[in-house]
Amino acid sequence: MNRSSVPRPETPPRLRLEGITKRFPGCLANDHVDLSLMPGEIHALLGENGAGKSTLVKIVYGMLRADRGRIFWEGAETEIHNPMLARRLGIGMVFQHFSLFESLSVAENIALGIDERIAPARLVDRIGEVSARYGLDLDPRRHVYSLSVGERQRIEIVRCLLQEPRLLIMDEPTSVLTPQEVERLFETLRRLRDEGCTILYISHKLDEIRDLCARATVLRAGRVVSACDPREKSARELAEMMIGGDLAEPTREPVVASGPSLLELRALSTRAQGPFDTSLKNVNLELRAGEIVGIAGVAGNGQSELVAYLSGEERAPDAECVRIDGAPVGDDGPAARRARGLALVPEGRLGQGAVGEMTLAENTLLSEHAERGLVRHGFIQAARTTDLARRIIDAYKVVAKGPRAEARSLSGGNLQKFIIGREVLGEPRILIAAAPTWGVDAGAAAAIHQELIALARRGTAILVISQDLDELFVLCDRLMVMFHGKLSHSVARGDTTTEEVGLLMGGLFETARDARADVA
Amino acid sequence: MWPRLEPRGETSRLMLWLTPLIAVVVTVAVGAALFAVLGFAPLATLYAFFVEPLTTGYGIAEVAVKATPLALIAVGLALGYRANVWNIGAEGQLTIGAICGGGVALAFWGEDAGAIVLPLMLVAGTLGGMAWAAIPAFLRTRFNANEILTSLMLVYVATLLLNYLVHGPWRDPEGYNFPQSRLFGPEATLPIIWEGTRLHIGILIALAVAVGGWVLLARGHLGYQIKVLGLAPRAARYAGFSRDRLIWLTMIGSGALAGLAGVIEVAGPLGQLMPSVSPGYGFTAIIVAFLGRLHPAGIVGAAVLVALSYIRGETAQITLRVPLAVVGVFQGLLLFVLLAVDVLVRYRIRFRADEAAAA
Repeated sequence: MNRSSVPRPETPPRLRLEGITKRFPGCLANDHVDLSLMPGEIHALLGENGAGKSTLVKIVYGMLRADRGRIFWEGAETEIHNPMLARRLGIGMVFQHFSLFESLSVAENIALGIDERIAPARLVDRIGEVSARYGLDLDPRRHVYSLSVGERQRIEIVRCLLQEPRLLIMDEPTSVLTPQEVERLFETLRRLRDEGCTILYISHKLDEIRDLCARATVLRAGRVVSACDPREKSARELAEMMIGGDLAEPTREPVVASGPSLLELRALSTRAQGPFDTSLKNVNLELRAGEIVGIAGVAGNGQSELVAYLSGEERAPDAECVRIDGAPVGDDGPAARRARGLALVPEGRLGQGAVGEMTLAENTLLSEHAERGLVRHGFIQAARTTDLARRIIDAYKVVAKGPRAEARSLSGGNLQKFIIGREVLGEPRILIAAAPTWGVDAGAAAAIHQELIALARRGTAILVISQDLDELFVLCDRLMVMFHGKLSHSVARGDTTTEEVGLLMGGLFETARDARADVA
Repeated sequence: MWPRLEPRGETSRLMLWLTPLIAVVVTVAVGAALFAVLGFAPLATLYAFFVEPLTTGYGIAEVAVKATPLALIAVGLALGYRANVWNIGAEGQLTIGAICGGGVALAFWGEDAGAIVLPLMLVAGTLGGMAWAAIPAFLRTRFNANEILTSLMLVYVATLLLNYLVHGPWRDPEGYNFPQSRLFGPEATLPIIWEGTRLHIGILIALAVAVGGWVLLARGHLGYQIKVLGLAPRAARYAGFSRDRLIWLTMIGSGALAGLAGVIEVAGPLGQLMPSVSPGYGFTAIIVAFLGRLHPAGIVGAAVLVALSYIRGETAQITLRVPLAVVGVFQGLLLFVLLAVDVLVRYRIRFRADEAAAA
């Protein structure tokens, strides 16, 4: 199966990087990085946030220029000045965030994203050919807004494949996919590999890398620290190579909470605000003290709306629909619900959970709790906000210059630790965490999980909304799935599997139930 | 290859404050070139424009008189602009403020009402400006109508209303049919604080407002909410700061200060209502607000600077025979250069194709 991953010695590497160095103001993103990618291999690029992976692939794709170092393409030294040149060489890249126009069709989106001009009819044919050849189901005439995230990703992949790349770079491609979609993606990637295409694969999900890749290069602080065969290493060993130390992955035994019901949704149905929003359909939910409940689901199935109605950013159609401690709060705004002990870690970090242009001290005020005394007689108590920011930085090991550091100067993982620390330090009775470790590296994710587990042990009811099933299976006592604005019944963690939840995430409520019956 | 803008990365705080100064220098240089092309001696003209007014006590007082309404209005506008609430209609709110304050003065005309009149006028003018600004605030929060358009359109309504009043019901019966009201009595006129000039206590009010605005933005929770709404609307939603409430407060606040500036103008230097109570202070204050970096301290400095261009514009046409339109040209040039310098501080121009793609 991996015959092509062991090339004959005379074959030059498809891409060879030699001594690539790139310095940004205040940080050395790449420090003499050497890397060679052989034809027909799937090569993993591993590293924590800020290890320099993105910088490196941007240099390869011509989006950034290295300060120093040489690039060899199929044995010949070359300079890649811009992405168009990269594509002409045969380098394709699928980004973590898609750039698609919702209101245009699949074919129109692809036409916009490729360099050569192809007649529309011819393009539709070629899309059909490529998607049939690689098992990427895609109807070129459909509009993007009606497609799932997995289908949207296929557009990006097909767009790349149309240019017949010999090197395909994939940045965190599976972070938004259901397990079944991941399996299909892997089939496509393996087929591409067998045809001789080289794939550079970036992911935080170490099990996937062990499944897919024959070689891995590990970056730490901009330097190559290790090259290995990930199939011979455990996920834990890989993670420890990335962080350069021991990894304490927290665990939690599921509990059956019998405490009082703290947060409750009763038959909440809403109308979508915009054409691309999801309406909630008869959502019921109960959260008890001391338990962690997970909501799985592919993004865009109503999770953002659910969070907005829970936090108070959106008022419920009926006050009775949302209850905290049994009291109807559907008409209350975020501040009033916060006063009742509800805290929220929002999905977005910069621009939602924190204001990038403001200091960490100023950012403590975003979720100001009255009892913290940060504001008195309408005036901000600067000494107290600075003190609180410093306490959060110390307690949660946030890497930052200090309370006066601007929020945008922090890496994603550190900013998330700060936001979670800010919410947890107020000892909330209910905590809603949306995508708490999305895009966060293994070390920070473990710290965040540890914090949530400890908080639940102290009696807080926690709701975790995530696309990452591994995370939900580590943390949660009960799991639910959100699909098309509906929330499934909850299942105890011990009674279900990732496969079953994966089927539910794809909307196959019935199939999942049948599958369970078969197992039983 | 077309030139492209490429981010420079980190912008220093020093540059942020230096850019208005650079803009002023560039504007003066361009102005000098303009004068030279028009056939005036550039240095002498610049001297007459920017230095001469400051050589006499009267000149300095006049600059302060003109800077007063500019600073008052610009501080209010800056609060709104920080929250992405774009009140462009300060000129209209100023006019309504002048009408309401002037109306009070005329109502008490000839009666010996004493010290109550002036405070009443100031309150009426402020309330008038607030009411006028409340219209776009309502339309924005209720119907999501763009406040830039509605507030701007209301300027013309206000101006026409003032015209009607001074041509009709409020015209001075003993004024030989000139379209202007009676001269206000002494109890309806702002006290002069510098004998022999027109400098009145309005300047103290403007300075107090600037200090208040500064404290509000730097320390007030309301100022914080305004900044968060402007910088990150989703964070404001997350925090539970009501967008509608902040739109109302900033609109009404800037309207109140514009109205106050209007009544201070008629109770101060003008002393009566006439068809035009302002040489465009409400619009010029927009330039002042940006030139002052939307910061009250910066705004006071910017107001003085822009006031200078007003002063000389009025007399330059007599002494130098420069057209009055030069004032508008200078003010427009200043805003244009400021915006350009702002862009160039953050971005550099690249002509080479390969580097352009890095953006």
